[in-house]
Amino acid sequence: MSGEAKNSNVFRSAARTAVLGLGAALLPRLSGALPFWMKLPSGESSFSGEIDSIFNLILWITGVIFVIVEALLVIFVIRYRHREGRRARYTHGNNRVEVIWTIVPAVICVVLALVSRRVWAEIKQRMPEDAMQIEVTGEQFAWNIRYPGPDGKFGTADDIVTLNQLHFPVGQKVVVSLHSKDVIHSFFLPEFRVKQDAVPGMTTKVWFDAAHVGHWEIACAELCGLGHYRMKGFLTADSKEDFDKWLAEQAGQTPPPASSAGGPAPTPAAAPSSQAPPAPGVSPPPDGKAASPPSDRVSSANTPQEAKTSS
Amino acid sequence: MSKRLYALLVTASFLLVLTACGGKEEEEEEAPPKAAATTTTAAAPAAAPAAAPAGGGATLTGKVAFSGGAPQLEQIKMDADAYCKSAHSAPVYSQEVEVNGNGTLKDVLVFVKSGVSGTYPPPSTPVELDQKGCQYHPHIFGIQAGQSLKIVNSDGTLHNIHALPKTNAEFNIGQPFQNMTTDKKFDKPEVPLRFKCDVHKWMGAYCGVFNHPFFAVTNDQGTFEIKGLPPGNYVIEAWQEKYGPQDQNVTISGAESKSVDFAFKG
Amino acid sequence: MSTATVAVARELPHGVHPAPTSFWRKYIFSVDHKVIGKQYLFYSLFMLVIGGFLAGLVRWQLAWPGKPIGFMGKLLPEGMPGGQMLPEFYNSLFTMHATIMIFFAIMPMLIGAFGNFVIPLQIGARDMAFPRLNLASFWIAVPAAVIIIWSFFVTGGAAQSGWTSYAPLSAIQPRGQTLWLLSLLILGISSLLSAVNFITTIINMRAPGMNFFRLPLTVWALFITAILLLLALPVLSGAMIMLLFDRVLGTTFFLPAGEVISGTPLTNAGGGQPLLWQHLFWFFGHPEVYIMILPAMGITSEILPVFARKPIFGYRAMAYSIMGIAGLGWIVWGHHMFQSGMNPILGTTFMISTMVIAVPSAIKTFNWLGTLWGGVIHFTTPMLMALSFVSMFVIGGLSGIFMASTPVDVFIHDTYFIVAHIHYVLFGGSLFGAFGALYFWYPKMFGRLMNERWGKIHWFVTFVTFNFVFFPMHFLGMRGMQRRIYDYSQYAHLRGLKPMNEFMTVSVFVLGAAQIILVLNFFLSMRRGRVAGSNPWHANTLEWQTSSPPPHENFDHIPTVYRGPYEYSAPERADDHWPQDEPPSGAASVGHA
Repeated sequence: MSGEAKNSNVFRSAARTAVLGLGAALLPRLSGALPFWMKLPSGESSFSGEIDSIFNLILWITGVIFVIVEALLVIFVIRYRHREGRRARYTHGNNRVEVIWTIVPAVICVVLALVSRRVWAEIKQRMPEDAMQIEVTGEQFAWNIRYPGPDGKFGTADDIVTLNQLHFPVGQKVVVSLHSKDVIHSFFLPEFRVKQDAVPGMTTKVWFDAAHVGHWEIACAELCGLGHYRMKGFLTADSKEDFDKWLAEQAGQTPPPASSAGGPAPTPAAAPSSQAPPAPGVSPPPDGKAASPPSDRVSSANTPQEAKTSS
Repeated sequence: MSKRLYALLVTASFLLVLTACGGKEEEEEEAPPKAAATTTTAAAPAAAPAAAPAGGGATLTGKVAFSGGAPQLEQIKMDADAYCKSAHSAPVYSQEVEVNGNGTLKDVLVFVKSGVSGTYPPPSTPVELDQKGCQYHPHIFGIQAGQSLKIVNSDGTLHNIHALPKTNAEFNIGQPFQNMTTDKKFDKPEVPLRFKCDVHKWMGAYCGVFNHPFFAVTNDQGTFEIKGLPPGNYVIEAWQEKYGPQDQNVTISGAESKSVDFAFKG
Repeated sequence: MSTATVAVARELPHGVHPAPTSFWRKYIFSVDHKVIGKQYLFYSLFMLVIGGFLAGLVRWQLAWPGKPIGFMGKLLPEGMPGGQMLPEFYNSLFTMHATIMIFFAIMPMLIGAFGNFVIPLQIGARDMAFPRLNLASFWIAVPAAVIIIWSFFVTGGAAQSGWTSYAPLSAIQPRGQTLWLLSLLILGISSLLSAVNFITTIINMRAPGMNFFRLPLTVWALFITAILLLLALPVLSGAMIMLLFDRVLGTTFFLPAGEVISGTPLTNAGGGQPLLWQHLFWFFGHPEVYIMILPAMGITSEILPVFARKPIFGYRAMAYSIMGIAGLGWIVWGHHMFQSGMNPILGTTFMISTMVIAVPSAIKTFNWLGTLWGGVIHFTTPMLMALSFVSMFVIGGLSGIFMASTPVDVFIHDTYFIVAHIHYVLFGGSLFGAFGALYFWYPKMFGRLMNERWGKIHWFVTFVTFNFVFFPMHFLGMRGMQRRIYDYSQYAHLRGLKPMNEFMTVSVFVLGAAQIILVLNFFLSMRRGRVAGSNPWHANTLEWQTSSPPPHENFDHIPTVYRGPYEYSAPERADDHWPQDEPPSGAASVGHA
């Protein structure tokens, strides 16, 4: 057989293998028979579908490339194994194919970048205007959730604070302003395709919404110490009525006073569990009054607070 | 060996020495705690000192009264951790100020602040600090410098025992397994010394580390008792978590009983 | 012809120093690049075993959380009381596993061992440009290794904030973190000395006729790697010094105002930025990963032509791709920080540059395939390792596309999907490349061949179990299992992943056991392997044209180079290989002293 014909046979068999391989990969997807761990968790937010689409697009593209490249590798390794009397083809390359296999991957990459850019801008660069605002402060090893309360402002007396309980109404967009008291944490809602680092000294924002009522978990996705693995919060999407009821219940217990540097010693009323026990981490000053509580840092974004010196 | 090589090796050694001496935290090398749990007899609540000096000595008793309005204590909501929440059927309140039915204060640490002479070796029985129902038991205690502190996690959830001393070495140990124990000790006297759990924010405990066994914690009648005090002039201090310390002078001349009362205002 | 004939009582060539005679100068404080290369080899293989052991402990915990390991309770009672692993110890395990593998195993193996051993031989030089700097470089690396291992045994244990050591967490951790910083600062000096040596040697000491485009691709790769090292490492060192100062001197480069740690406000906190650490670290960190992969790519490009008996497909494209990868590697660091809180607009710019850097790697992959096409393939162990490199690197590279896309990265960042990617490129890529180098150049180093049958068994078990361990990590990541998690069963949505984790752990134990085969083969072949002769692989490059092992100062006469390194199966030759220094049409070789 001539060299040319041999070549085309190789490529024909390569193509055949690729198609078969693709078919094999396709079939279970079409039949939906994939085990749960081969599937992304079901998406809950209005943009989780878009992210999953890009994931699947990349999966397809890389899947095809993977099958073709590995098939070629296997075919070449079998077809061109050492046999008596055969001599290797003496060639240093081919500029035309170099150009082709430079341009094709470059085009694929550009397309992926463009597709991704649009979705990224939507989920990270633009915060929705009419969203409910919630503040979440990560701390070793819990999430402090703060609602602004009826006056709509954070840092006032009617704020509602919970530990690890984040409720929000279905169908309403929520913007979470993330802070951290100590080290970097990351606010991760897997089913919602939400992840944003909470960095001390900065405010970062992330938004999401829920289409259905339900309960999920908030995970910490940035190593933050020995309790990182347990820094779990509880996310609940309620109907509007249930949410209002829940919020009122939380508010019914008088919240702790707004944190401020050097504020008067708080008289702890019955309050929802607050971030830190009122007992300060410093020696009580001689006059017997407790020093003001450790800085909460939730009141205003990006305002560095004076570091408290322990007396 | 060439001069250059020698210089390089000297630099390397210098850096090594720097590592050994550097670091502002934990200057002291603590021997790692024993791995196995000690199977000593169950230690009594740490309030009473384990070893009073032999042969008599005076007994100091007293009461810590409380006047004024009892502060409204914060209710602790434990829904951050399902295990903790399920451990309590009744509401749980902060232990910051515990006012007894008879107008006295519980959990006030009373101790001899100054005037002690002589050395008192630490007892061999450990003081036990338990984490149960996601709260520390006891909430406040005294321990001698060099005495073993046995920290137990009776809960089936992660606690980390994070000690925040000022003069002793800080430590922060995870205890993920139920019935796990960690043994620690403090070498220097210090009052107060706070413990917290980073996983459960409401948890807090305090201890006082002393060079002597003359300390006690008030009970639910608001009374305390310190035994075996030799003759001398002493300053007795009562320390309350929210209201701070109060001092009183006491002179012991023989083996009599003396009474010292304190009063805190709300 | 300058083939391997070692004259018995020969006059030393002009300019050659006499060989050392004392034991210390010969084997311990040697300035000979071949000895130093072997020293680095033993060093890196030892640390590879330790790094692997730590990974085994990590995997144990992930499969069977809380199950005690008796002897560990005695070895490290603070971290594993009664043999049960504490969360903080788990954190130090993955931290130190990564640190040791990256800085003390892969880099010293690829760069310190093979770089030092092979470069002077392949360019036709007698030694490195600065032999004593080379000596210093190795011996400075040794205390660094001692400190990093010692850090396990200090109070508070070894560093536990990840190999990435993000501030502020790394600023407030116990003393092991300080030792970690000091160790890496010392090691950085060692690497910088090597980098300077490599660059100077390759530029200045090539044999006559060895122009840049006749260099073996191994040398190209190591040359570019050395430039990356020279420019990137100081950034890491600077950042680490700043972190060290934050820990020890009370500065606040990375500590913002108002930090409250465990309810206690930091008294010195003020003005710092945690993100600054990340920028500095990853500005080094991304070139660092190319520092780790480029030598392996060069080695693969070396091995494939030899055992396919064919020139490398697209030599110039390969060389330019190496330069392209290295150059682009400077402008992609932000892809590690998409979710970090940096301005999202930077997310878009870094995504674009990251997508672009996929292209030169793709070019290289296709050229490797082109090298195989039409070849005459011999399945020796080094060839099997090189083929594995190509196939596994493809997986690792393709998985990188997922995280290059910023919205997809929102989901998979800090999950096991990333861990899968890392290990496919670093183990599937760098380590298989290193294994290939080991089997390939072992005969040159020790004069004997490693056993082929056991080599193949080692390869097969490693290849299969490697995929069993790391491929499922893609699925774990897709389900949202985060990295660096001591006990994922805390999360309801992750509990179903235990069987997969158990499977991976059992596979990793088999993977670890398979390496015993390598250790035995390595040591036993030194004495009992088949004598190699100068050119057991019938290869073209200059190291194979001198004896195995090469004599003191490498060549009797400095060779003259007449052609490129991959002239295999040239039609005008009866022989299917054509050494670089063989004069054209059999004329007498021109030797140089």
